[in-house]
Amino acid sequence: MNHELILAGFGGQGIMFAGQLLAYAGMLEDKHVSWIPSYGPEMRGGTANCSVVVSDKEISCPIVTEPSILVALNMPSLEKFEPSVQEKGLIVYNSSLAVQPPSRNGIDTLAVPGNKIAEELGNSRVVNMVMVGALVEKTGLVSMDSVFAALEKVLPEHRRHLIPLNKSALEAGAERCK
Amino acid sequence: MAKLLMEGNQALAEAAIHAGCRYFFGYPITPQSEIPEYLSRRLPQVGGVYLQAESEVSAINMVFGAAGTGARVFTASSSPGISLMSEGISYIAACELPCVLVNVQRGGPGLGNIAPSQADYNQATKGIGHGDFHLLVLAPNSVQEMADLTIWAFDLADKYRNPVMVLSDGILGQMMEPVEFSEEIPEPPEKPWAVTGASGRKRNIINSLHIAPEVLEARNLKLQAKYAAAKENECRCENYLTEDAELVVAAFGSCARIAKAAVEEARSQGIKAGLCRPITVWPFPEAAVAEACKNARACIVTEMNEGQMVYDIRLALKDRIPVHSFGKMGGVIPTPNQILDEIKKLEVKPGV
Repeated sequence: MNHELILAGFGGQGIMFAGQLLAYAGMLEDKHVSWIPSYGPEMRGGTANCSVVVSDKEISCPIVTEPSILVALNMPSLEKFEPSVQEKGLIVYNSSLAVQPPSRNGIDTLAVPGNKIAEELGNSRVVNMVMVGALVEKTGLVSMDSVFAALEKVLPEHRRHLIPLNKSALEAGAERCK
Repeated sequence: MAKLLMEGNQALAEAAIHAGCRYFFGYPITPQSEIPEYLSRRLPQVGGVYLQAESEVSAINMVFGAAGTGARVFTASSSPGISLMSEGISYIAACELPCVLVNVQRGGPGLGNIAPSQADYNQATKGIGHGDFHLLVLAPNSVQEMADLTIWAFDLADKYRNPVMVLSDGILGQMMEPVEFSEEIPEPPEKPWAVTGASGRKRNIINSLHIAPEVLEARNLKLQAKYAAAKENECRCENYLTEDAELVVAAFGSCARIAKAAVEEARSQGIKAGLCRPITVWPFPEAAVAEACKNARACIVTEMNEGQMVYDIRLALKDRIPVHSFGKMGGVIPTPNQILDEIKKLEVKPGV
């Protein structure tokens, strides 16, 4: 098992956090994991992406250039990274913002209306968790229990009150793929 | 101790505390700012001092002063900030004071950018400041090594009474990987040379001014003897799949991770490739490099610079086989496939 992911979107969409959560969940399952951010100097806006590797063997290169899984939270990210996805790879995309579906053949795709689901939960900011929930349900990359456990570790103290909301978002995303 | 998922910069900062360091003086600069950020919170918890200086010039001179009292102390910066510190580093080396310096390299020259780079290799290993001196320079390639080599750096600094640099980069500083810290905290050695108040003993003087050439020459000879001992005792290198390798890729730091993926892919395609990764880039592990290339027809040095370590590799191999350079500059990161392409070119024509 060797998953090489790129998660991408606007700055502020919670891309980095989503990636860290997956890496942490993988570590809790004794897998080899790595996470690397890539972003500009701005705090919000602009583009942000991170590389995450979750593997049964030691990770040689932590920088992902040809992902087996792309998680795209907006249209520019989907357009930018779609060509780099491995043959037979998977694209999970936020169809609320990425309105043009991937056009490539030979890859698997999963459309998740992330913003719509997040807004139904009453907070559009958990779109990242909706997408992670869908990804985990679809791929079994890590277990949902590990993601829940990681949430307790990765969220800073002053954000712990948001754990129930984040869990609901993860579950709502997963529900979408069942 | 349980594994933690940490950024390289944070792991390095925590490792310094594990090594018994309680003093940090620095000035913020991307991509190393997580180090002072972390220490500004953490050092007061362990009775230490975190101080943000008004400039890098000031920070290195604070390190100079603290090191003179025998305290374990360090500073961290990124490329342009390290250049500003270079005068102070020369003074510290001249006075034979132990301290740890961290360079989380970014793209240069000039203000450059905030992308990862290895363009300060020559500066770190050959020209960090004026005068005949050397730093010991350690090049980590993972978050775990960011921690482990930092702890070793403090020990080496005390052992040789010399500044030791951890030569990192923006990839290693900002990436997260699992890291483990050993429970064992090393005990720093006695420092009878330190300036601690001189009550009940002869006074100690720390000084780098020696007007008489003969006196300064004697100081230099002492430094050189120390560097010779470091060369003899401290060289470290990781050779991977080199035993039967016909083509050896040499790389250090984060670039060695990318090169390793390329070497593994080459092996899976039936090419006898191997990886030689110097861990101490000063002293340079010449014998281990020669050993890695004993069966090789050619060597390719991949770096995130225009080709700097390549000259050390050539010296180590004494022109026995062709040594090529493949570098990316300005914060551009090579991909495993690009390195694989270079390996394949050599497979056909090793001498070109």
